[in-house]
Amino acid sequence: MEKQSRREFFKTTAIVGSAIAGLSSNSTKAAPKNILSEDRMGVLVDTTACIGCRSCEWACKTAHGIETQSLEKYSDRTVFKNMRRPDVNALTVVNEYANHQNAQLPTDVKIQCMHCDHPACVSACIVGAFSKQENGSVIWDTKKCIGCRYCMVACPFQVPSFEYNKAINPEIKKCDFCFERTKVGKLPACVEICPVEALTYGPRNDLIKIARERIKRNPDKYFDYIYGEYEVGGTSWMYIGNQDLRNVAFPKLGDKPAPGVSEAIQHGIFAYFVPPVSLYALLGGIMWITKNRKNSEEE
Amino acid sequence: MVSYMKPAPITKKYFTPGVFVLMLIALNGIAFLLGRLFFGIGAVTHLNNQYPWGIWIGVDVAAGVALAAGGFTTAALGHVMHRSHYHDIVRPALLTALLGYTFVALSVSIDIGRWYYIWHPMIMWNGSSALFEVGICVMIYLTVLYIEFLPIVTERFINHVNLKGIFSFLNKPIERLLMLLDKGLSKVMFVFIIAGVVLSTLHQSSLGTLMVIAGPKMHPLWQTPILPLLFLLSAISVGFPMVIFESMIAARSFGLKPEMEILSRLGSIVPPILGIYLAFKLGDMFIRETFVYLTSFNTQSVMFTIEVLFGVIIPLRMFLSKAVLKSPLWLFIASCLVIFGVLLNRINNFVTAYTPPYSFSSYFPSFGEISVTVGFIALLVLLYRLIVFNFPVISVIDRHYTPRTKYAIRGSEQ
Ligand code: SF4
Ligand code: SF4
Ligand code: SF4
Repeated sequence: MEKQSRREFFKTTAIVGSAIAGLSSNSTKAAPKNILSEDRMGVLVDTTACIGCRSCEWACKTAHGIETQSLEKYSDRTVFKNMRRPDVNALTVVNEYANHQNAQLPTDVKIQCMHCDHPACVSACIVGAFSKQENGSVIWDTKKCIGCRYCMVACPFQVPSFEYNKAINPEIKKCDFCFERTKVGKLPACVEICPVEALTYGPRNDLIKIARERIKRNPDKYFDYIYGEYEVGGTSWMYIGNQDLRNVAFPKLGDKPAPGVSEAIQHGIFAYFVPPVSLYALLGGIMWITKNRKNSEEE
Repeated sequence: MVSYMKPAPITKKYFTPGVFVLMLIALNGIAFLLGRLFFGIGAVTHLNNQYPWGIWIGVDVAAGVALAAGGFTTAALGHVMHRSHYHDIVRPALLTALLGYTFVALSVSIDIGRWYYIWHPMIMWNGSSALFEVGICVMIYLTVLYIEFLPIVTERFINHVNLKGIFSFLNKPIERLLMLLDKGLSKVMFVFIIAGVVLSTLHQSSLGTLMVIAGPKMHPLWQTPILPLLFLLSAISVGFPMVIFESMIAARSFGLKPEMEILSRLGSIVPPILGIYLAFKLGDMFIRETFVYLTSFNTQSVMFTIEVLFGVIIPLRMFLSKAVLKSPLWLFIASCLVIFGVLLNRINNFVTAYTPPYSFSSYFPSFGEISVTVGFIALLVLLYRLIVFNFPVISVIDRHYTPRTKYAIRGSEQ
């Protein structure tokens, strides 16, 4: 390195430091839309009412332009032999689980994106392609997505799926809470078609009251637990059933929002860029001192 | 100071049987790479909705970034702390980091589904995403690395610009431009060197934050809030072993004598860093009481034990021994173990530890995935060779300096 006056050295260091600090004020604002409205909507799934007709699967595909068999073919119950997961050709699937209390009454559980109140996918997405909308829906923006699949790594319910067999513009597919339908006042397609009203669409706060009420009125029929009320900080879709659903259809998760820890670390490291800038200054200082020492030794 | 050594282009034959083997491996990788580009990720990999990330992220990206850490650790030692006796190794380490990060960037681009949108993070920001931070830091750091390499390019061409024919009139202006660039660069280079070190500490640690959000999907032996710290410490501790490893391989294949004096000194810095890493790793295990998972016999517990025992504890003990530091062979083996440990750690964090609640089968990389990974490594080695043959990177005996017999170098100049 060339000889350099002390003033010049500090000047350059300071300019770079403030440039980085300038970036920080922007980046703190750079966050995807993540609204937690008091009136957000949700769905209460009463699995004791569900008869496993899988009409919702058909309706969902039809509403999202996914190719499907005719509705009659969905009465085939052999599909329940295997556990299925939502994927690019089925944004929702119904699985059937044995009920050890009453073998005559198996538990049918419809699975789709839970539309978390503190969605891991929104926090994780590198470009902010996911967003939580005012009505509770967590939706994905194809114009931003780069296909890194970090959202799939992050989602605690293992929901988003990816079009692995497309070379150009593969998409992330997941239930979008029928955002395009609810926007114009229609019900989500699955809710609308359900013949037994296993799916109740409404403001999330009301749904919790309804669920409590049902459990209270029929304590023998229900296992006293609302899955989704507190899981990972609460979800828009919530479930009640004749057994503890954490043992069959859903993972056991804590009540802390999934992105909590990583966001805390992230914001800790980058707290207004103070840590990086101080490190920069510290290293600059060491460099300057050791250089001076070396020079004086050589003289 | 070993001032009789001077970086210079290697003057040997580029093509050897080994080089042809590497070329075959690289071509095989490129074939599968084309398959991925034309038929999608699903056509060549075993990735699916349960296992969205495989070895392209675990090895090419995560381990690649860690193993390229020699660049910033030697820069810190040689430039920031001005330990000038390490100057001979700064350039090779810089080149490795430069090529390493270039391939990390390449691997990321082929792993993401829409490679042509790789620039999106530059304008679409998500400050809460660890991946965003890694992406941005790597992009900037890669640029910094290229800038740090520029003086080597100017050094190569100053006084050697010799365009023929109709372009010959350009020789003078280009020469002057290079001189100017060289002078300007050396004035501001320290800014980039410090920036490089800061950026490295940032993204090395954020790489650890990446998997934190996977929460319970990640095996508790690895899932911990101090992952970023563990990643940073392990990256720093693998930096010097990596430099030792490369120097020895390079010395061997270019017929030079390994610079044991510098390398043993480097080796003696390893134990404190590796020791701190081990302390945090074990301390974390005891605080979270995850050692209970080691009593059951499964892939995770076995991989964890191998990682810590062979990748940290044994090499730590080796680096503490004077005899190991003095012996080229043992020093090489100890360095290999640390490298193996960090490589395995990254694979474990991103692949072994990832155990989603609903999966139909477990993930094992496909032949295509392995081919691309290995192919990239072969390509990297070939490029490295090409560059050191044409640019002054590796220190060889200075022709204008009479070497002392003690340092005679076997077959270095023909
Ligand atoms: S369930 Fe998964 S995909 Fe759906 S909102 Fe929650 S984190 Fe996102
Ligand atoms: S795959 Fe797309 S939506 Fe998912 S995290 Fe990456 S960029 Fe975001
Ligand atoms: S809300 Fe819409 S997208 Fe979601 S499962 Fe129901 S029909 Fe499908």
